[in-house]
Amino acid sequence: MTPSTVAHHTFVIERTYDVPVAQTFRAWADPLLKARWFAGSPEALDAGYALDFRVGGHEVNHGGPPGGPVFTYEAEFRDIVPEQRIVYTYQMFSDQDRISVSVATIQFHGDGATTRLVLTEQGVFLDGHDTSAQREEGTRSLLESLAALLNGGGS
Amino acid sequence: MLDQPIDLDRTFQALADKSRRTMVERLTLGPASVSELAEPLAMSLAGVLQHVQVLESCGLVKTEKVGRTRLCRIEREAMTAAERWIADRRRSWDARLDRLGDVLNDTPTEEKP
Repeated sequence: MTPSTVAHHTFVIERTYDVPVAQTFRAWADPLLKARWFAGSPEALDAGYALDFRVGGHEVNHGGPPGGPVFTYEAEFRDIVPEQRIVYTYQMFSDQDRISVSVATIQFHGDGATTRLVLTEQGVFLDGHDTSAQREEGTRSLLESLAALLNGGGS
Repeated sequence: MLDQPIDLDRTFQALADKSRRTMVERLTLGPASVSELAEPLAMSLAGVLQHVQVLESCGLVKTEKVGRTRLCRIEREAMTAAERWIADRRRSWDARLDRLGDVLNDTPTEEKP
């Protein structure tokens, strides 16, 4: 048996977009728009991406490397205040294994022609599925991804 | 161990410094003493030691006194799938929010003149 472990995480990301809050919010509410940026393309709607944007509604997505495990994302919207906030919970699976459970809070701060978006994610990573193959990727790939993020993340 | 909360913000801060990244890269090859870490860097031993302390405080590096030298090693326990996954979450949000910006920029809107 793999020992069961947990790791908690919280992070906050802020972005400002040069469009009014109504337009920013619509990109989270409209399945066609959201498929473009969240799932990568509008065609994702035909490939298993689905968005039912209402309290109690679900969002699902699938992905993963070719030949690797299928990652499944399942979200349920818990609170929606139009143009102000969206709160949802989601879990992620690697094939059949649940790998994480998270709460995401999206806040929209409209200021005339711009929107400041604040994303807060709080979650728990369930480590039971960890495989030796994943461990072998090791330190270097983590550092490379961190470095890429730090270099590409800009100021 | 994994049960400890991972403070990714501090990890990122620690790795935001080029000298510290150089030191961590060196340590991915194997343990090294503080003076070995100092070699490629134009820096005093005391300066290197300060950087080591930053890396140690965020859990990336562990040190132990071996005789008269301080040996540094990557704390592999802190470099698990969990941490990589968390970094991936953040990175994937960054990428998505960039794409959201692109979508917003080329979505025609009634509000625009």
